[in-house]
Parts: sequence; structure tokens; C-alpha cells
Amino acid sequence: MTTVDVPPTAEAQTPAPLPRRKRNGIRSWFANLPWPARTGILVAVVAAAYLLPYTADVPVIGPQIITTGTDWRTTLFTVSYYILLSLGLNVVVGYAGLLDLGYVGFFAVGAYTVSLLSSPDSLWHTHWAWLETIPVAVAIAMLSGLILGWPTLRLRGDYLAIVTLGFAELIKIIATSTPGFLRGDTGFTRIPAPPGHHADGTPLFGVRDSTPYYWVGLTLVIVVIFAIRNLDRSRVGRSWLAIREDEEAAEVMGVRTVKFKLWAFAIGAFVGGLGGVMFAGFQGFVNSNTFVLQFSILVLAGVVMGGSGNIAGAILGGALIAYIPERLRGVTDPISHTDLFQWRFVMFGLVIILVMIFRPQGLIPSRRRAMELRDRRKEAAPE
Amino acid sequence: MLLEIDNITLLYGRIQALHGISLQVDEGEIVALIGANGAGKSTTMRAVSGLRPIASGQIRFAGQDITNMRADLRVIRGISQAPEGRGIFPGMTVQENLDMGAYTRRDRAGIQADLKRVFELFPRLSERRKQAGGTLSGGEQQMLAVGRALMSRPKLMLLDEPSMGLAPMLIQQIFSIITEINQQGTTILLVEQNAQQALSRAHRAYVLETGRIVKSGTGEELLRDSSVKDAYLGVA
Repeated sequence: MTTVDVPPTAEAQTPAPLPRRKRNGIRSWFANLPWPARTGILVAVVAAAYLLPYTADVPVIGPQIITTGTDWRTTLFTVSYYILLSLGLNVVVGYAGLLDLGYVGFFAVGAYTVSLLSSPDSLWHTHWAWLETIPVAVAIAMLSGLILGWPTLRLRGDYLAIVTLGFAELIKIIATSTPGFLRGDTGFTRIPAPPGHHADGTPLFGVRDSTPYYWVGLTLVIVVIFAIRNLDRSRVGRSWLAIREDEEAAEVMGVRTVKFKLWAFAIGAFVGGLGGVMFAGFQGFVNSNTFVLQFSILVLAGVVMGGSGNIAGAILGGALIAYIPERLRGVTDPISHTDLFQWRFVMFGLVIILVMIFRPQGLIPSRRRAMELRDRRKEAAPE
Repeated sequence: MLLEIDNITLLYGRIQALHGISLQVDEGEIVALIGANGAGKSTTMRAVSGLRPIASGQIRFAGQDITNMRADLRVIRGISQAPEGRGIFPGMTVQENLDMGAYTRRDRAGIQADLKRVFELFPRLSERRKQAGGTLSGGEQQMLAVGRALMSRPKLMLLDEPSMGLAPMLIQQIFSIITEINQQGTTILLVEQNAQQALSRAHRAYVLETGRIVKSGTGEELLRDSSVKDAYLGVA
């Protein structure tokens, strides 16, 4: 945190410019690198991400990072779909500024569509392969987002939060009350895994090694990052930004606010559905207990903690909420001699409170977001 | 006639905010709406820009019925608004705020020309181009709001309380610029608490009270009107 003294130019002498803090040192350093260096670093980071399943083989640091109570590669897969969900929710919450409290609903729609189309337990007996279910599942998730958003996004304020909360609960209730259709907590079993075989004939996506799942998850994460980044830099992103900062002003600039909010919501639903598809393909089993409210709140906490409105922030947030509890599993607390995993929600609560006090804009804040928060504070408590 | 509001009523829930407002704005005019807080001035503006649907009545703009038109299409037709409380995008820079003003336009050369014009009207904005909107002073934000409203190259500009919260010298300055913009060919509908300034700058004005128009006339007439003097000008 250094402040650079600017030589007194004509511009610097104009009164009351706010002190410019160089808070994002790494980011501006990266942006100022020549493009070959930037590409090189990106490639290295991506390669490192793909090699994460072999962390245990790294001397000294490796064993500290990996999870001891659960399979490290499975944890990595979990991290990958949590990141996916954070990225999706970040479009809704971080970009468009809409509060979605029932994001797990779209995850559920994705997972249930896969189950209905592929599981032998399904009433439909369609027995589709996992791959075939993907387009249908994400399309239905997106459609459910549109149907939910269409009436509610015309209203301003917090209606959306309530409606989304209700939506997630509704799906859970439908699931538990239709033992024939969505099968309650009996659930769907034998959901097929992604295709592919090893040379020796054993399935590529098996129970023994989760690495292929993680790689698929990571690849999807990368694709989603690029898609969202391009959207953010387009006219769509500019419209979202305007809506988030001042919806009414955006409207009088000529932004079709309802349309763009609906888009953000549908894209969020799409990515959420994709997360559900991955989850179903990995787990092979889906029941109503998978989709608890806690899950929505957790992902939202991840987005806010990481720094909403910012892709890097969403990635960090999503990774932390998935990784920390798994890392704590199997670690014994020296005082009470219990598994630290049981304290995970207490720790989350503490971490979130600390972040909100010391870094309300999130761990990796977006510059604009910080400015908006300052502006809101002025509104809430005028000087 | 550029803008014609015909007997409009507007409801906020069960509360009726406008009770049959009718007014006209001719091309090239500055028309002011004055009145106390809650008289319905801003609400009338919101009805014109399409932020708020009206319950009954009709709004015509440039000969076309726009009563049920979406707000974004009204911008394209040539109505732009500097909303109440300025409505600056705090995280966007001055330049980005101005770019948002030209959101509905595609003609790059025209946008560049208008940007130059805004910077000529408000040199201060040019100095602050790269600064975030949220860091500007109140006066600068007001300039930005007016400049941004110009960027859509409107036929009619709706200015909601451009003098709010400004120091007396700045008020003078912003009204001079408003007059200048008008002389360059933009019609202006102005809402003001500062009746003295508004009436001396406007060609015509309407006085609103509890959602009704109670008086209208040229700016000079209203400035001399004894009831207007008593109620809004603060002179006995």
C-alpha cells in the first residue's frame, strides 16, 4: 500500500481530487505487462490449475495444502463446481445488482433434469446419456430463470430476493411431495457418468479417481470465465453496470432495464443449471436433501466475500467456501478434541463478519464496486 | 407544439399524485414548473420520461402519442432527462457517464462532436474526464447530469432541480448554461424550487400545487404575480 507522489501538474492542482490509492498493485502491474508476458503468465496459471490433482507430490508445501479428511481430487471437483456457481451468481448479484437468494433452485433444476432424463428410476424411462441431457438441462434451467424473472424483474426493490427464496423452497417442496416424479429423499440413483474409457476398459469417469471430473469442471470454469468476461466488456456489461449503479438513471439513458436484468438472471440460471448437471454426473445420485437453502446462502457469501462484480473475486470466494470446510475435515481441534469440520459454520460466520468489517468490498474488490459502496454510504448517512 | 400533456393523472399506490395536469411546451421554449415540495413537479417529469406510468390522460410528443411508450424509445424519439438527485453513475468515470448519455446513438462522429460541445460548455468536466462520478463535488455532478442529458442530442431536455444543493454562484452559472443550451436549439422543461431564477430564465411557467396546475403565464407575469411572490419568491 504505497501512495505515489505525483509531481504538481496543472491537473493535480485542481482542488479536492480524492487521493488515489494504489490498492490493486498486482492488477495494474499485470495490465501493464507486454502481451506475450501476460499470455505466458495466463498459460502458466491455467497449466498449474490443471495440475492441481498432483499437489500431494509437491515437496514440503503440497501436504499442507491437500485435504486430509477427504479425497483431494474430489475436493478439487467440488471446488470447481462451486466456482462455477459463484461465477454464475456473480453475474446476477455482482453485475446486474440483483439479489438472488435461491440460486440453488437453478442448480436443482439442472440436476433434476439430468436425473429425469437419464436415471433408470425416472418415470420417463428415457435413459439418455449424460452428455445428451446437458443441452436440455441448461435450457430448462435458463427457461425457469426467465419464467421466474419475467414477472418479478419489472418490480424494483427486494421482491426478487423473496421470490427467488420461495422458488428454491418450492422446488424442494415439490420434490418431497411427489414421490413418483421427483422422488423426494429417495432420489434418483444410477445417473450415468460422462462417457469414455481407459485403455484397460475401466470407465474414465469412475469412483476411484475424480481427476477427470475435476478437469471437466475446470474446463467449464475457464469457458464460463471467458464468456462472462466478454459479456462484461460489451454493451451488455455496460448496461448491467448502469442498472446496478442507478437503475432509474439507466432507464432515462435509454437502457431497457427489464430486458438486461432478465438476461443477467437467465445467464445466472444457465450457469447454475450447468453446475447441477456436473454435480448429477459426478454424484450419480440426486435427492431433495441436496438442495438446501444453506447452499444458496453459502454461494452468495462466497461471491460477496470474494468481491462481487469481479471475476477474480468470484473465483476466490467460490474456491474458499468449497475448500475451507473440506480442508478442516479430519483435522482435530487441540482444545475440544473434535473434528474442526464441525466448526465450519462458526468459522464462516467469523470470517464473513471480519471481511464485512475490514473489507466490505470483498477480498478482491472491483474498483467500481468500492466507489458504489462509498456512494451508498453517503446516501445512508449523509455527512 | 413539441410536448403536449393532456389531463394526466398518476397514482402512487392508492395516493393520487397528479390530478389532471395539462400543459404545453413549444419548440425552442424554456418552460418551468414551480411549486412546493410534493406538488407533483418531479412526478410530472417522470410521467413525461416514462419512468412512471400514468393512470389516465395523454402525452404527445412531436405530434405522436407517447402515453404508453417505453422509456428507452422516448429517449430515441428525443426526450432526455437529468433526473432528480442528479443520478450520476458513481463508479463510472466522467467520460463513461457521458458515453452512457449517448447510449441510444450509433453515429460516432456525431457523438464526438457532442462530447466536444459538452466539454466546451463545462470545461471542468473535461479536466475531470477520468475521475469517477462519485468523487465529484455537488456542482460538478450537476454539470455532469446536464452534460450527460445533452449527449443523446435531445429535442426536449427535462431538468429536474438543476440548482439543488448548489452555492448561489454556481446556481447563476448553471442557469446561464441552461439558457445557452436553449439558445443553441434545445427545448427545455425545467422543474425548480428556486422560483426566482427559474421564472427569470423561462419563457413560460406553470405553478403546481398538490398535483394540480393553479397558475400559468410568462415568466415575467408570474414574477410580478402577488400570490406567486408570497408563496414562492420569499418577498413580501
